[in-house]
Amino acid sequence: MNAAPPSPTAVTEPLLDVRGVTLQYKTKAHLVTATYRVSFTVYPGDRFVLLGPSGCGKSTLLKAVGGYLTPIEGEMRLKGRPILRPGSDRMMVFQEFDQLLPWKTVLENVLFALTSTGRLRGAAALDRARAYLDKVNLGKFLHSYPHTLSGGMKQRVAIARGMAMEPDILLMDEPFAALDALTRRKMQDELLRLWDETRFTVLFVTHGIDEAVKIGNRILLLSPHPGQVKAELNSVVDLTDSGAAAKLERRIHDMLFNDRVESPGNSEAISHA
Amino acid sequence: MLAGASRPEWVREDAMSEDFGVVEKPITWWERVWNNGAVRKAVILILLALAWEIYARRVNNALTFPTFSSTVEALWDGAVHGNLLTRLLFSLKVLLMGYGLGIALAALLSTLAISFRLGNDLLETLTAMFSPLPAIALLPLSLIWFGLGNGSLVFVLVHSVLWPVALNTHSGFRAVSNTLRMVGKNYGLRGFGYVAKILIPAAFPNILSGLKIGWAFAWRTLIAAELIFGVSSGTGGLGWYILENKTQLEIANVFAGLLTVILIGLVVENGVFRVIEQRTVRRWGMQA
Repeated sequence: MNAAPPSPTAVTEPLLDVRGVTLQYKTKAHLVTATYRVSFTVYPGDRFVLLGPSGCGKSTLLKAVGGYLTPIEGEMRLKGRPILRPGSDRMMVFQEFDQLLPWKTVLENVLFALTSTGRLRGAAALDRARAYLDKVNLGKFLHSYPHTLSGGMKQRVAIARGMAMEPDILLMDEPFAALDALTRRKMQDELLRLWDETRFTVLFVTHGIDEAVKIGNRILLLSPHPGQVKAELNSVVDLTDSGAAAKLERRIHDMLFNDRVESPGNSEAISHA
Repeated sequence: MLAGASRPEWVREDAMSEDFGVVEKPITWWERVWNNGAVRKAVILILLALAWEIYARRVNNALTFPTFSSTVEALWDGAVHGNLLTRLLFSLKVLLMGYGLGIALAALLSTLAISFRLGNDLLETLTAMFSPLPAIALLPLSLIWFGLGNGSLVFVLVHSVLWPVALNTHSGFRAVSNTLRMVGKNYGLRGFGYVAKILIPAAFPNILSGLKIGWAFAWRTLIAAELIFGVSSGTGGLGWYILENKTQLEIANVFAGLLTVILIGLVVENGVFRVIEQRTVRRWGMQA
């Protein structure tokens, strides 16, 4: 199944260890198996991408790591401790723009995360919040309410909030999917710049092959219905080498879609309802 | 081959800003005044008062329809020389007691309802049963249970406030987006902290409208109850003031009593609820 070669960072302890995880959830009429025996390992400093078409359970998998869902089989460990419930050691960045608390300003949103979890308080919390909001270039909008911001700015606040908590791992659920193409590219560049500065660990869900190649250093390919691991690949090292990136994108595309030629056009069109 | 493929490319410099004419200019003084909701509402009130005055003068019968000016006069007299203010204070005291208690119970019920499935069923069943029941219909029972004191009034008030507030709060809680709930859980919030820090602010538009409805219901119930119930322990409320003056055929005073209820309604709506609204849900962009 997961015949991943030993990662170059294998000497260090894995940060997140997901082993044989099967996830099921119930809709009104069905019991859906979202993923079947998925295994992967994330090491500190990884930009680990879960990539696959709609229905491959990548978002469900991320929510399980977030602690919102309990696997019916297998186990997930963060720093060796099993994941049982949501917690601030795994900060989520969602796709939806309404993830900021509308009754708090930009600064208060970041502060509230820090203080209500008891991570920091007082001046220390304020300094940390300001520092991370400066990092995402929102220093001028500290006292704005979320509804006055654009979609890209809201996502930047959410990213700053997640990073300010300095969690063990940042969980990003298609954070740029609802942005326009130009803003998305800018945000991707920004995320990479932020990663260069602080080297946080991120688990990133996307359905865009180009985004996966650009954001990730390691890519887990999932096939749909139910989600199973297809491959775990290394991304290109040098992003400026567009030939290598295009080659990898081509390879991923073929791996994901080759065996499904009989049913064309059903992959990206059906977005999750 | 595309017909237009041979079209030349072209690039253009931006026009200088002085060529535009107006890009942004302040609106006129008159427009700014008219944009103020309070001004527009004051105009409506003045027009209504005028219509009242004109109609009453045409009817010309102080026993059935006193004029606006004589009502205002009676209001002034009642407040300065009469007992209108003590009656009003009595009513307000009972009203706030009932309103406060009703809200507290509603908060408890809706918290239970959002925390447990059984609590949800309990709230739904109770509201379905008691919400259609007019509070005033409970007054005879209330008098037997709580006697001729404020207790009976507070009981019917609680009944009239509790259900609309609980129902609105609960539907507000349920409308909180799943993303916000997950954000709250992500911070490790649970139980009471989760309700207080995430659900209540997120459901605030609904809660506020519940509070408004509750306030109006409380007034209606109180005045009606006082009209039936009359005086307790020597002091009566506004309803009693209205009834008392009606039996003495002081119709201008009856109107003054009603006008007092209206005025308080206006003051609370514009002075309390509107201010809360502006400082919360409007500032947060949760309500236009």
